[in-house]
Amino acid sequence: MATIQHDVIIIGGGLAGMRAAHEALTQGGDVAMISKIYPTRSHSAAAQGGMQAALTEEDSWESHAYDTVKGSDYLGDQDAIEILCREGVDDIIAMERMGVIFNRDESGKIDARAFGGTSAKRTCFVADQTGQALLHVMWEQLLRLGLKTYDEWFVTDLLVENNRCVGSVAMQISTGQLHLVRAKATVLCTGGAGHIYAPSTNGLAVTADGLGMAYRAGASLMDMEGVQHHPTTLKSNGVLITEGARGEGAYLLNSKGERFMENYAPNMLELASRDVVSRAETTEILEGRGVDGTVFIDLRHLGRELITTKLAQIYELARDYANCNVIEEPLPIQPGYHYLMGGIKTDVDGRTWDVSGNNKWKGVEALFAAGETANVSVHGGNRLGGNSLLDTVVFGRRTGAGAVEYAKSVDYGEISEASVKDTEARIKSLFDRPDGVRSATLRREMGAAMNDGIAVFRNEESMNIALQKVRALKEKLPEVSLHNSGRIFNTDLLAYFELENMMDVAEAIALSALSRKESRGAHARTDFPDRDDENWLKHTLATKGNSGPEISYLPVTITKWEPTVRSY
Amino acid sequence: MQANLKIQRYDPEVGEEPRYDSHQLDLPEYATVLDALLQIRDDVDGSLAMRASCRSAICGSCSMRINGEARLACKTLIANIVQVEGAEVTIEPMGNMPVVKDLVVDMSMFWDKVQKIQPGLLPKTPEPEREFIVSNDSMLDLATALNCIMCGACVSDCTVLEVDKEFIGPAALAKAYRFSNDPRDNATDLRLDLYSQENYIWSCTRCFQCVQVCPKDVAPMEKIMSLRKQTIEAGHTNNPGTRHTQAFADSIRKTGRLDEIRLTVKAFGITNITAMIQLIPIGWRAFRHKKMPHLLPKSISSIKNVRRIMDKLGNE
Ligand SMILES: Cc1cc2nc3c(=O)[nH]c(=O)nc-3n(C[C@H](O)[C@H](O)[C@H](O)COP(=O)(O)OP(=O)(O)OC[C@H]3O[C@@H](n4cnc5c(N)ncnc54)[C@H](O)[C@@H]3O)c2cc1C
Ligand code: SF4
Ligand code: SF4
Ligand code: FES
Repeated sequence: MATIQHDVIIIGGGLAGMRAAHEALTQGGDVAMISKIYPTRSHSAAAQGGMQAALTEEDSWESHAYDTVKGSDYLGDQDAIEILCREGVDDIIAMERMGVIFNRDESGKIDARAFGGTSAKRTCFVADQTGQALLHVMWEQLLRLGLKTYDEWFVTDLLVENNRCVGSVAMQISTGQLHLVRAKATVLCTGGAGHIYAPSTNGLAVTADGLGMAYRAGASLMDMEGVQHHPTTLKSNGVLITEGARGEGAYLLNSKGERFMENYAPNMLELASRDVVSRAETTEILEGRGVDGTVFIDLRHLGRELITTKLAQIYELARDYANCNVIEEPLPIQPGYHYLMGGIKTDVDGRTWDVSGNNKWKGVEALFAAGETANVSVHGGNRLGGNSLLDTVVFGRRTGAGAVEYAKSVDYGEISEASVKDTEARIKSLFDRPDGVRSATLRREMGAAMNDGIAVFRNEESMNIALQKVRALKEKLPEVSLHNSGRIFNTDLLAYFELENMMDVAEAIALSALSRKESRGAHARTDFPDRDDENWLKHTLATKGNSGPEISYLPVTITKWEPTVRSY
Repeated sequence: MQANLKIQRYDPEVGEEPRYDSHQLDLPEYATVLDALLQIRDDVDGSLAMRASCRSAICGSCSMRINGEARLACKTLIANIVQVEGAEVTIEPMGNMPVVKDLVVDMSMFWDKVQKIQPGLLPKTPEPEREFIVSNDSMLDLATALNCIMCGACVSDCTVLEVDKEFIGPAALAKAYRFSNDPRDNATDLRLDLYSQENYIWSCTRCFQCVQVCPKDVAPMEKIMSLRKQTIEAGHTNNPGTRHTQAFADSIRKTGRLDEIRLTVKAFGITNITAMIQLIPIGWRAFRHKKMPHLLPKSISSIKNVRRIMDKLGNE
């Protein structure tokens, strides 16, 4: 049996994974990074608008933290938010020193643009391709440091013995060979859950793998009802139009040409929090002031010069995918699935288990998580734009350090080769299945069901329908058959594994959402339209039970900011 | 919209020669080549291997040859191609790299070359307390190189790489530019020395192909020309690289392969007199050997621009 072994194994080569690897490596750890797609292909590259931090003297990290707490609708853990906003300042500076080019102001310092839900201009950016700029620079540094990477390796399972993660099983995609991956610490940086929903702004590789594996391994998925719909996505394919466009001054218009945000958020207008703007758009569309299910984003008054420099990618995306010249005409857009606030419950050092020993939540020792796949709870009920990239670098770094430190204190766990043989047997049985349904068919039906039932607005009935549909689809998994039983680059097989992960996670989203009987952040229920701090100022936890996810609760950590009415 | 996709298939496990599969598809108006391929892979033939993720021309996964030219499948609208190049769309894996399966090529050579240019900013010392203070213009200049999404299209279609696998190639050299021109970097001189060695900047023949195919307007050739200027100005002239200015011509002589010229001429267009003149010696030798390709290729200037113009006309 082929085996690889490193003290710290990082699964995922997006910004969180790379930052964790960088930190682990500079601290002298024996570390390697596994990624199912070549690391620079990771979805972090698609982040457009920017990354927040209070860099200027007029601004303060406390102000950033307050905006984040308020944006989260008070569901974010304030200790984690303080860390994010305080340490984030140095993390951005560190990224600049590594080579990120960041747009500059006239004095040559890092420039910032406005973003939704923030009281100051504090979103640092590289034109409208910030994620790509950050990811590539991080990758250049990792090449320089000589990080060991396993590129295009797909992790299929985590291996757990006595509630401790002792490694994982991974397939080298180019050969189809399975490997036993032994690690003292395993770090999940596998990104979000994008294709549980259709349409989605996320890349095709964003398929909830880490979430599914961690859930099956016994970790807790926290606040999974927190699903963010971005206000400006293209109708044709769900591709994102960055919030940076509104940050630079773009308007939102309804079919009558009115800036309708005046009626929903008279102070912040287009730059209110994302949940607020997406609800406003949906209301406009439902009340007949949209066109074919869309409203419009209008950039015309920004002028050609600004558009073609600071929003060049947007200009191209609109031209290529909507045949629209944004310099001359408003662009039709609609809210679309974008981001998962929920994720694997971790502490502020990325540990998925409760080190206090009090078992306040269920977790798996030696398993860490960071980035979109994790939930250290800085985004709570609604993420502010620009805070996710920051989340990946701040908590990626802390998690990398945490994993190295932990790995020093333990030996490799016992691992049985039987686990790899299990995976091997599973694959063989998949190849042997008779003709049945395509996994893509089930994926599309799941996407539609989730988007119909648990989107911008939701209620008991709509969510129940979605849950029932997802469960019915899950039962069809054994009927899925593959077109390909080859070993080399068998993406049909990988699509099946991804679908299994997504279905587990979709079920957790639906059950968590059904359980929260209030409206908070992006979780907007028409049957419980108000926030209810008395009963619901708490996190939902979904853990694997005998017949699907079981829901429990955890208090929210409040340090400085008591919940008050949230208006923009 | 109707389109006929002709896809090159190759499965090393079966061991047969590459073949072409045809698929007649009915597609939505704004379908990209990637949408079409996904439709095939999802519903018709799940054994089709390809790479794709972002669907928005930023992850660099989906380069392949579409009607003979390396392009991003997710950025190429079927309607545009069908309009300009006909209803049959031929899809093949990228060139200059070995095929793993179907449309997937082994890019390890690509990544190795990027590694060779010594990536990774080495910040100037003493490091400032906060960020480096630099002008926005100096950063914007680097942005043109940093726009590179490592898709491999330029490497696929680079005419020198076709005959000389040792050439570092356009993408890696565009990245090299990004470091040697970064005002914050501490190793400019060492870098320029490296980049002027054999197989680096002096091996390019200025055939323009990389500029033509790059989906992100990185213009690698222009970066290479800037690097040449920079190395000469910095006095890095006496090294094997500089003495190899004629590398492409040499390679051709060595291998006797000449079809590349067609691409070259196609890419230049007929207005780029200087570039054409530089090509004459090669063309003339080719002519003598009765291997001269058609001088007037199907499309003369940048295909992209022609397409854009046609789009506009079509819409009005
Ligand atoms: C279009 C778009 C625009 C955005 N814009 C912004 C913005 O402007 N500002 C902001 O702050 N945030 C933005 N976000 C959000 C932000 O980009 C993401 O949340 C963040 O980049 C996630 O990073 P990550 O490292 O956690 O995951 P990813 O970058 O998605 O990386 C996941 C990694 O895990 C690997 N992986 C997954 N499964 C497996 C497996 N089974 N085996 C092996 N490897 C695996 C993948 O190969 C990949 O390398 C945007 C998101 C989208 C979709
Ligand atoms: S211009 Fe130079 S680098 Fe570009 S394709 Fe031609 S030979 Fe290759
Ligand atoms: S330079 Fe252009 S074509 Fe070459 S890899 Fe980069 S983006 Fe692709
Ligand atoms: S799918 Fe990412 S570049 Fe085409």
